Amino acid sequence: MAEFTLPANSVVKQGKLYKATDGATNIKRFVIYRYDPDSGDNPCTDTYEVDMDSCGPMVLDALLKIKDEMDATLSLRRSCREGICGSCSMNIDGTNTLACTQSISTIKGDVKVYPLPHQPVVKDLVSDLTNFYAQYASVEPWMKTDSATPPDRERLQSREDREKLDGLYECILCACCSTSCPSYWWNSDRYLGPAALLNAYRWIVDSRDEAAGERLDELEDPFKLYRCHTIMNCTKVCPKSLNPARAIAETRKLLVQRKM
Amino acid sequence: MSDLRTPLSKVKGLGSAKEGTTHFWRQRMTALLLIPLVLLIGFSLAALPVDYATLTSWIQRPWVLVALVLLIVVTFYHAQLGLQVVIEDYVSSHSRRTVSLVISNLSCLLLGTIGVVSVLKISFGV
Repeated sequence: MAEFTLPANSVVKQGKLYKATDGATNIKRFVIYRYDPDSGDNPCTDTYEVDMDSCGPMVLDALLKIKDEMDATLSLRRSCREGICGSCSMNIDGTNTLACTQSISTIKGDVKVYPLPHQPVVKDLVSDLTNFYAQYASVEPWMKTDSATPPDRERLQSREDREKLDGLYECILCACCSTSCPSYWWNSDRYLGPAALLNAYRWIVDSRDEAAGERLDELEDPFKLYRCHTIMNCTKVCPKSLNPARAIAETRKLLVQRKM
Repeated sequence: MSDLRTPLSKVKGLGSAKEGTTHFWRQRMTALLLIPLVLLIGFSLAALPVDYATLTSWIQRPWVLVALVLLIVVTFYHAQLGLQVVIEDYVSSHSRRTVSLVISNLSCLLLGTIGVVSVLKISFGV
């Protein structure tokens, strides 16, 4: 449902200012969303002055520097620091992206860092993606076949058929796309969202899979698939430069195609 | 109240409605159809002097009658399809959504019927 009024505890207040150490000349200010559910307080934005002369180039470098040197209470997820695990997805400078691949120097002014939009916040920059992962699981992202596995070799796929998976298999499930989609904000209880739909399409077009029909049956629903209104935020924000909007459009084409 | 359902059970919900493609396709087709119809009727109407006798005799021409009836039917069908999408987007409670959809569908049906009957009445002068 479109939420036009804010629920309790959602007004973000001004938080503390953490000054840079004396003598720092190259300062960048990071304005970071803070929320601790145990405190019962409203969320706030704390401001951290980071000395860029002793900081790495990416937003994740700055966040870890803040956590290590200025404020150990800051919570965030991160793992690979090279854009392959999808853990450090957050809203930076108004756009969902991965903190580890977002360079600080391209951001003008203060760097505003918020958790992924419209998801429950566990703490600070850590959002609860339970529903997102369940939606991924619901498209049954594994190969389904009726034919028996060949006894002497793997299931073969032509080079051309393998190429159809390019631009799809690279999804790292960071949730940047789904949580940037207004349709997903209003109806994430029933709309599967761009990430799950891209992954559904990845299996529909896999030449080795034998369940395309059942997969399309499962998706053909006013809410699961047809809530997409080609707003294209998903494609705009994808840190892996994938195109979920195209995958959704292709799925619809297949649904129309099998009727005619 | 604690919710003991699994996340997957919530996402799967009542399963797929197995429809939506027809709605999607018809919305596009009616949109396409509306382009020539609006242009045809619009330009033809704009070229007329505005007085009662000219307009009624214009409506009585067979091609105008066909185009007008088509325009009205397609417009309200397209409106019904579009309003349905808007309501499904923004009205989340199931009961309120159902009521809104019924009201919107009936309104489109009523307005479309009034439009068609009006045109026919003018055209055949009954």
